[in-house]
Amino acid sequence: MFELDFFSYGFIQRALLSGLIVAVTCPLIGIFLVLKRQSLFGDAISHMAFGGIAIGTFLNIYPIWTAMGFSIAAALAIAKIRHSTKLPSDSMVAVMLSLGLGVGVTLVSLSDGFSVDLFSFLFGSILLVSYQDIFQIVFVAIIVVSIIMVYYKKFIYIAFDEDQAKISGIQVEKLNYLFTVLVAITIIVSMKLVGILLISSLIVIPNITALLFNKGFKKTLLFSIILSTSSVFAGIVLSYYYNLAPSGMIVLLSTSGFIIAFLVRNLYYQIR
Amino acid sequence: MPLVSVQSISYNYNSEVVLENVSFNVEEGDFLGIIGPNGAGKTTLFQCILGLLNTYSGRITILNEDIKINKKIFTKIGYIPQKKSIDQKFPLTVEELVSLSLTRKTSMNIVYDILKQVGLYNMKNKLIGQLSGGQQQRVLIAKALVNNPIILMLDEPTNELDQKSQDDFYFLLKDLNEKNKITIMWTSHDMNAVNKYANKVSCINKRMFFHGDKEEFFSNEDHLKNYSESSMQIHFHTHVI
Repeated sequence: MFELDFFSYGFIQRALLSGLIVAVTCPLIGIFLVLKRQSLFGDAISHMAFGGIAIGTFLNIYPIWTAMGFSIAAALAIAKIRHSTKLPSDSMVAVMLSLGLGVGVTLVSLSDGFSVDLFSFLFGSILLVSYQDIFQIVFVAIIVVSIIMVYYKKFIYIAFDEDQAKISGIQVEKLNYLFTVLVAITIIVSMKLVGILLISSLIVIPNITALLFNKGFKKTLLFSIILSTSSVFAGIVLSYYYNLAPSGMIVLLSTSGFIIAFLVRNLYYQIR
Repeated sequence: MPLVSVQSISYNYNSEVVLENVSFNVEEGDFLGIIGPNGAGKTTLFQCILGLLNTYSGRITILNEDIKINKKIFTKIGYIPQKKSIDQKFPLTVEELVSLSLTRKTSMNIVYDILKQVGLYNMKNKLIGQLSGGQQQRVLIAKALVNNPIILMLDEPTNELDQKSQDDFYFLLKDLNEKNKITIMWTSHDMNAVNKYANKVSCINKRMFFHGDKEEFFSNEDHLKNYSESSMQIHFHTHVI
């Protein structure tokens, strides 16, 4: 049924390589978002990215740069507002979502509707990933993984209890800004694969699934990476053979993993 | 030189007086119980001392360093917040949580030694949510001890604990105070616990009504009458001697 020679196709190799790198990077970011109860923050950033892409398209500037700049600037501004006013995170997410969509929709209407490029940003085009895209993904992945490896204990501490983290000498505000930037750049380079509308799912769903199993932090993270890479790999393969949208398949598989894990967990606790 | 010096601290929130002209000193080796009714300002006082609130008027020093100027002084303090502020479902094992406080200069052996001291070494691979309330409080103390604090500040640490767990907890604190020479400051509603374990008492209800030796406080009925007993949830427990 499944012919292995499809792995010899260049576009499949690029899709799998970029997909697997993103599948490792996204849960590294996502676990802290979920633990800080900011699961929708990724969605907010991706909607800001939509606004940034629309700005780039409108001004005829490479959209990735405008998406990066707009997302990071707005996310940092809102993080600053949250620190200053102590407004809840979900309120800030709502503001960001609205701002990004508002800017995007307005500029798209001025540009006479959706172009093919904008469509691929919305829904992803993993099978069209180029070597330049892979280079960007690898570059960002190295930055993200390196910073997480250096600061992961501090990020955990902040997620566990910000006040205690502050008292222990951790520069909570600066690290929150740094983390915001990491989320933004991860989403910007990853949205080419699964699209603006679905990238947040890849960031949080594997972590939420892993948390069902009540393990410590390291095992939870490892399990979420395994889930993420499995859904990306299987999603690309199945989308090729059944001629389906890869981004949709990846997210459907990821979500199905959560449902199955939830049912298995509940069955396990009933039997015990 | 006092370890902690609180000088004329006043704090308002939305035009409401939370703390009014509070002054007291904490000496090295004190086991200070801070009592007061709900809304007395105990937690706010702790937040001021810990640098979590800085819009108060007055001055607070730790080891003679003004805390608004030298923020690194807070690393000398171990803080155990109220239990309700801890996320019980956080995916951390006991070992992972305690080692959050590790710096490059400290090794995992210190974590294991501290876990043995608080009686939780055999539970180091358990998730914090799987522990009892008393065990969770011990884990937080262990985390606070990793960086060798000179002061432990605990905000109502025995709320929701059963009697046996409370007694075990206070014995541990007493041990840390006497053997490790750690100064203890804790807020409580439990007059009996304060009477039994503390050597100094502070009574606060927006203002400081008393600060001094425990014997002086409990031997003088006027001190208790100074603020309303009806508003103070006085708990009398029989503690194991």
